[in-house]
Order: sequence, then C-alpha cells, then structure tokens
Amino acid sequence: MKHMTRKATCHVNQNEGLIFEKSSAGKAAWKLPPLDVPEVDTNKLLGASERKDLGNMPEVSEIEIIRHFTRLSTWNYAIDFGMYPLGSCTMKYNPRVNEAVARVEGIANGHPYQPEKISQGALRIMKSLSECLIEITGMDAITLQPAAGAHGEMTGLLMVRAYHQAQGNARKKILIPDSAHGTNPATAAMVSYAVENLKSDSRGMVDIASLEAQMNEDVAALMLTNPNTLGVFEQQIHKIADILHAKGGLLYMDGANMNALVGKVRPGDFGVDVMHLNLHKTFSTPHGGGGPGSGPVAIKKALEPFLPTPVLLTKADGTLGFDYNRPQSVGRVRAFYGNFGMFVRALAYIQANGPDGLRQTTEDAVLNANYIRKGLEGTYDLPYSTPTMHEVVFSDRLQAKKGVRTMDIAKRLIDYGFHPYTTAFPLIVPGALMIEPTESESKEEMDLFVEAMKSIADEVEEDPQTVLDAPHSTRVSRLDETAAARKPVLRWKPGN
Amino acid sequence: MRYLPKSPADREAMLKAIGLRSIDDLFAPIPTEYRLSRDLNIPRQMAESEIVDFFRQRSRENADGYASFLGAGAYFHYRPVIIDSLISRGEFLTAYTPYQAEISQGTLQSIFEFQTMICELTGMEVANASMYDGSTAAAEGVMMAVRLTGRRSVVVARSLHPEYREVLATYATHQGMPLTVAGFGGDGRLDLKELEKLITQETACVLVQSPNFFGTIEDVDAIAEIAHKHGAMLVVSIAEAVSLGIVEPPRQADVIAMEAQSFGVPLGFGGPYCGVIATREKYVRQMPGRLVGQTLDKQGKRGFVLTLATREQHIRREKATSNICTNQALVALMVNIFMAVYGKVGLKELAKQNLAKTAYAAGQFAKHGTVLFANSPRFNEFVVQTSEDPYAINSRLLGHKMIGGLPLKKFYPELGNAALWCCTELTPRSAIDTAVGLVAESERSVRSAKEEVEEVAR
Repeated sequence: MKHMTRKATCHVNQNEGLIFEKSSAGKAAWKLPPLDVPEVDTNKLLGASERKDLGNMPEVSEIEIIRHFTRLSTWNYAIDFGMYPLGSCTMKYNPRVNEAVARVEGIANGHPYQPEKISQGALRIMKSLSECLIEITGMDAITLQPAAGAHGEMTGLLMVRAYHQAQGNARKKILIPDSAHGTNPATAAMVSYAVENLKSDSRGMVDIASLEAQMNEDVAALMLTNPNTLGVFEQQIHKIADILHAKGGLLYMDGANMNALVGKVRPGDFGVDVMHLNLHKTFSTPHGGGGPGSGPVAIKKALEPFLPTPVLLTKADGTLGFDYNRPQSVGRVRAFYGNFGMFVRALAYIQANGPDGLRQTTEDAVLNANYIRKGLEGTYDLPYSTPTMHEVVFSDRLQAKKGVRTMDIAKRLIDYGFHPYTTAFPLIVPGALMIEPTESESKEEMDLFVEAMKSIADEVEEDPQTVLDAPHSTRVSRLDETAAARKPVLRWKPGN
Repeated sequence: MRYLPKSPADREAMLKAIGLRSIDDLFAPIPTEYRLSRDLNIPRQMAESEIVDFFRQRSRENADGYASFLGAGAYFHYRPVIIDSLISRGEFLTAYTPYQAEISQGTLQSIFEFQTMICELTGMEVANASMYDGSTAAAEGVMMAVRLTGRRSVVVARSLHPEYREVLATYATHQGMPLTVAGFGGDGRLDLKELEKLITQETACVLVQSPNFFGTIEDVDAIAEIAHKHGAMLVVSIAEAVSLGIVEPPRQADVIAMEAQSFGVPLGFGGPYCGVIATREKYVRQMPGRLVGQTLDKQGKRGFVLTLATREQHIRREKATSNICTNQALVALMVNIFMAVYGKVGLKELAKQNLAKTAYAAGQFAKHGTVLFANSPRFNEFVVQTSEDPYAINSRLLGHKMIGGLPLKKFYPELGNAALWCCTELTPRSAIDTAVGLVAESERSVRSAKEEVEEVAR
C-alpha cells in the first residue's frame, strides 16, 4: 500500500465452518414446556403423511449458534463500520430507536386478521405514515402494500394499465431511459408492456427531441428516475410531463433517488402521476443484507380507483378500517397489508426528523456528493459535468489506460476500509464508479474516502498490479465466480 | 438533527471547498417554480423519548395480552431470544445485498446454510435466498412453471389461501395466464375428479397448498400423478412451515413455494415475512431471485458468492426471470437461526406439540359444534361450523380477552357459519377450554332459542 490508510487496520478474524459441520446427535438449543394436553399417536393422525426423518438438519447447542453467527457477522462490512457509498442504494444510518419501537409487544405481535377494533394502533401507524408520504411526495393517495421497490414498480404499472384500460385502450409500451435501473424494464415485461429505450442527451438527461419523436398513443407511460442514475436532476421535467400528458401518457417516477428531493421539491408538483418510494433507502429502514424492503406507491387522484385492495379508510365513527369493495382495483399484490414492520421504522424516522430535519438531511446528502465530486474531479474522469445532486458518477477511463477497471478500484477500496461504490452502472457510462455518500457521512469520513481514492489512483500509475490483485486484507481473496456459475454448488451435502 | 454528523462549521468549510456560497446553489438545477418554499406539513421533530411513547400508545390501542386462535397464513410460534440478539448485530442489520463477496461472507454463508436447510426440509434440490412472502412466491412459482412448460393456463385449488389466489390473479391477468379454480370435496381436500376435468394439454401447472387453507393435508401424490400425466407441473405452496417437522414434504412437487414466517418471524401485522422457492436442480436457471453458491478464492479457500445472476433483472433487464431485486434477507436470517435452534429433533417435537394441541382442541369443539373435514389428516388448523354467526361468537370471546377463529364467510360463503381455528405450541389448554366453553354456551342458547321459537309456532 503506497500510503498507509488512516481508516483501516487488521484485526483477528476467526475461522468458522458451516453450521452442519458442528452438528452431532444429541446436542440441542431448544426446550419445550411439558405438554398440557394428551399425547397423540402421530401415525394414527397423519397416516401416510407422517414424516419420519428430517434428514441432515443440524443438532447444535445455543452457545455454538451464538458463536457461529457472531463470527459470521464479523466477516461483513456494514454501515455501522463506515461509509457505504453504493450509488442508488442510499446506504444511510439505520436509527436504533426504529428497531426498538418495531419490537414493542402490541406492534410486533399483531395478527393481520385480528378484528379491526383491536388493531387501531397498527392502522393508525399506517394512516400516519401514509399522510406523511403523501405530503412529502405531493401526491394524492398511496398504497403501502408492495414489499419492495421492484414490487412497487409492478403495482404502479398495473395501475397505469388499469387507468388506460378504463379509457378504452391499455396501450402497448413503456418508455425507459437508457440510464434506468434493470428493474424498470423487467417490471414492464411482467405487466406485459413492450419496453422502448429512450436515449440520454449529452448532459445525461432525457433527450427531449427523442421523447417527442417516440411519444405517441401507444405509449402508456415513461418510467423516469429523478434525479436519474447519474445523480442529475431532469431540468426539463415540466416539458417531459407535458409531452407525455399531451398524448394521454402518464409519468411514472422511480423514487429510488428520492433522498435528493425530500423537503426541497415534490414530484407531485412537477407532473408525476405515479411513483414508488423505497422505505429501505430514503426512509432509513435497514437493508439487512438484501431486505426486507418496502415500496409504497403514491398516485394522483385519477388513479385512485385502481389502488390494490384493501385500502385504508376512516369510518363514520372515526375509527380506521379496510375497504375491500373496490371494483376497479388492480387486485392484491401481496397477502395481508405489506411489510408493516418497515412502516413502523419509516414513521419513527420521519418523526425523529420533522420537516426541518428532513430538509437538512436532503441538503447534507447533496452537499456530501458535491464535496466528493470536487475532491476527486481531475483524479477520476467525470463523463458528465452536469450539476450533481445526491450521487456522482465517474468513469475509469483514465485508469483503464493502465489496465485497471472500475471493479479493481472498488476491490482496492476495501483494503482502505471502505465498502466499494456501485460499479459498472449506469450502463450509459462505460466503467462507471457511482458514488452516493448519503447525509450520514461526516466531513472526516469523506476526507478519508477522498484520500483513499486518490491513493488508489496513484497506485494505478505506479503499481497497477497491487490494485489488480486487490483486496489483500480480506479473509478471502477474489472468488471464482465463473466456476460458481458453471457448476453451481447451491447447498451443503454431507461429505462435501 | 441528531442523525446528521456535521457542525455548521463543517458545512461552511465544505461549501467553500466546492466553491459555493450557499446550500441553495446546490439546488439550482431544480426549476425555481417547483422548489418547496415552505416546511413540509408533517409532525414536528420529536425526541427519542417522545417517539417511544408514541409507539407504546399505538401498541396499547392494539390487541395486547389476548389469547388468539388465528392462523390462516400467519402463525404465532415461540421466537427464541437469540434470534433478535443475533439479527440486531449491525454487521447483519446494516449491510447491503452481498454483491461484494470479499466483505460479505457472513451474509453469504448464512444464506448458503438457509438454502441447504430449506432443501433438507422440503425434499427439494435447490432453494433461493428468499422471496417477499408466501403469496408472491406462489405467483412466481407458477410463472416459473409457465416458462418451463411453454404452456400458459393454471389450475388453482380453491383450498389455497384466498389471498394467495388473489395475488396470483393479479400477477396472471396481464400475462395471458388463464386461471381455473378446482374446488374441494367433503373431505376438505382438492376434488381430484374436478382436477381431472379441468386439466388440459394447455395446463402449465397445478397450484395447491398443503397443509391447505383449512389445515388439511392434501393427497399430494395423487395430485402429482394427475398433473404429470398431463404434462403439467405441480407447484405446492406451504404456508405453515412448522408442519414440515412432522408432515411428509411434497417430494413429488416440481416447485415448492413457501412462507417461512412460522420459523422465528414475528406476526408483525402481516409482514415482513419470508417467502422461499425450492425446486429441482434442472429447473434452477428458470428460478427467480438470488442464489448463493460455493466457490474458491485465488488461494483455494472456500467462499460464497451470489451466482447465476444472468437470470436476474440487473443483467437481463426485460428478459429476466423476475423483476425481484430486494428480497427478505434479514428475515431469512431469522429463519436460519430458528432452524438451527430447533434442528433435526426439535422441529419434530415442536410440530408434535402443535399436532397434539390441535387434536385436543378439535376433539373438544366436536362435542358442541361440527368440526368439518374431520376424517382427513390435518396439522394445526381446523374448521368449526356453528349455529350462530362466528362474528357474534367472536365478539363474545373478545370480552374474555380471546380472539376466536377466523370467520370464513368472506372467503367461503358455501361453508355457512364456519370459522378457521388454529392452535400452536403457545396455545394453553386453559384457553382452549375457555373458548370451547363459550362456544358451547352460545350453541346452547341458540338451540334453546330455536326450540322456544318452534314451541311458539306449535
């Protein structure tokens, strides 16, 4: 390492096998209370359906389970260790009070089918969150049912389809900019819309002339991420909305990057008709190694009849309940009411911030991205010089001359004590380095990050092999992904 | 704002470094007419103590301290304390999807173990890293069968969870996947004759649940035989995972779409839960969702990576097997820890207690009402038919801090005054006896009222 990093150092990291490798007959981590009803003859009750054997399920003690998962946990990087600058993922601090309130007895153990009369607390949480999110987005109504962002996209497009169908023509296609997340086209396909790519202009924004040319009565909607995946705000947003609306199309906003807007500008005010939010991005619910998420969909009045069932409503007596009688609804997208535990956390986050805190949060997120841009401009190639909002996208053009690509730089960053940025995305930037610091980073942490990135750039010039072989400090080095995919080993087997 | 790690001086210094005078300059790209010039109309910033207080109050407005007989896809089982101790570790809680394998081995190895245990329990060869829940897993399992068979229509059991059926209908509507529903017989199981009639050369798959919505265990062998005879696949939904401890898994299925909530996941008013899809190795490339595979690093050390990503949206875009991205990883970790705690012997003993409590309760109810489908094998749920409307019975039970079985009128009007009751290892005998007593009382009063009316009529 050319410059010793000021952030990371080595510490002892314990080895740990698979849980199955610790198992032996007779060990147990469970104890059931004595049965207070008569024992039953399982064979008599179940007959041929009785299961005799549970195969290779493990038998281990409690202390072994604690050590097993604690040791595994130490092999992960996490926000709690430091900056996690994954672009478009909004890896912000996950407040612990959110976790505490989600575990309050009457909230954690509510059954989804318990009578509404004794579910008023849960319904009130849903109602309060809905009201906050409607105000934040400037939309008219919302469903909290979708379980994640992509699920929200599907729900949103189902409503788009139902809206057009109600006008007599479901239309055929969805326009998607070439900078979009992969979920957008995948979702359009699930709702049986054809995908038509829309190219970006030289500033990384929607090319207005192309949009005008491609927009016609076959287009159901444009799925737009704003700010887009370059971290650029679509400055012509009103024009984009007008072009769509003039031909009867709808504007769908992917709210993945809402962290750049909260409290500063509302999508409902700039012409958006449908949008989803990611509570696990903007509203601080934990990513948990890949989920759970939550993807509420906010809409304008015209789409309200099509909301998934059930819809939360206030009854004549002032109590809350669910309305199941919605003849124009797109139907259910999930059993029960959505990832309720995430609603609790998101509401606690909004309460902890208030209007002033949310605004300051957005300002800090944008300030941080611009600070990093300034710090690394010149060291890394900036393919689009358009103003940056919450994330900045560089390219590996300068380093590629030495044979070092974005993934190599990312892997080297691990040795400096940081999680890598998002690599090779968006697709319109070859060799992209997509950096989103979020508001959760202090000036000191970002200074360390800039220093690390500059040090790596120096290494690329002087000793590219060090970067190509990175990471050097992790318990495993680069893993053979090709072999993993060619001959998949997707489960443990005895004797492996 | 206490989550923000910057002093006013830091902000000033950073703005200066960027070469700007004020924060507003950063928002110049947003057209002025759209910029919000007022505070958002949301609750003011609250102290942590106020937030805790707010949610405690909401908790008190909810059912707290009630004995409950509700199941129907969401089950109240004991959650070992160490689940929360472990998943609360920031290294698990605050990590992203494990795309950077070198610094995500903890999450990756845990998912690999999860996939293995799901395979062991379901009798399948591969399992994915999780889906949103059981309902969406069932819909995605069906779509998988549609891709694999090249056929489009689907036969769905009426004894499948009604909300799962609704979700499938939503997913299927625009994909040109016609659904037909096969009813249940007097034994509470899928009507095989009707299935024979409905299944055609166009049928991609048959979707059933076992134990089904009524708690009855389906004759999966017979269903599989019929499906396979016609070249269709069999997708089996399992909503009550604890059943796998004592009920033979549907090994003849081609796809199993599971809800693993019973394995250590709080009821949480319906979510987050943990869906899973398990299948045969030969179908793995049509599976939705993430998969973790074992491989070696450059030094030959065992390690784990996300694999077969060419099925997924971030690579394949509109040609992906599904649009799923974020899944339920942390919930899958809860499930994984739960499975490790109970393991080979404990899961069986746990399932046995569920079976015993339910057999006792059903026996007691049968003395005063009609227990439907009584001769079919069941796990931990059963349907009780009464003379009185179950909503009326339930409001009386509520007065005794008890939540009675789920009235089925909304989903199955043909069953009349019927309710779905569930017992788990956490249902005390005393609660069962009290509930049975109250139901018996109401049955007696309805009966005597009826006799009175008849007497007057005479």
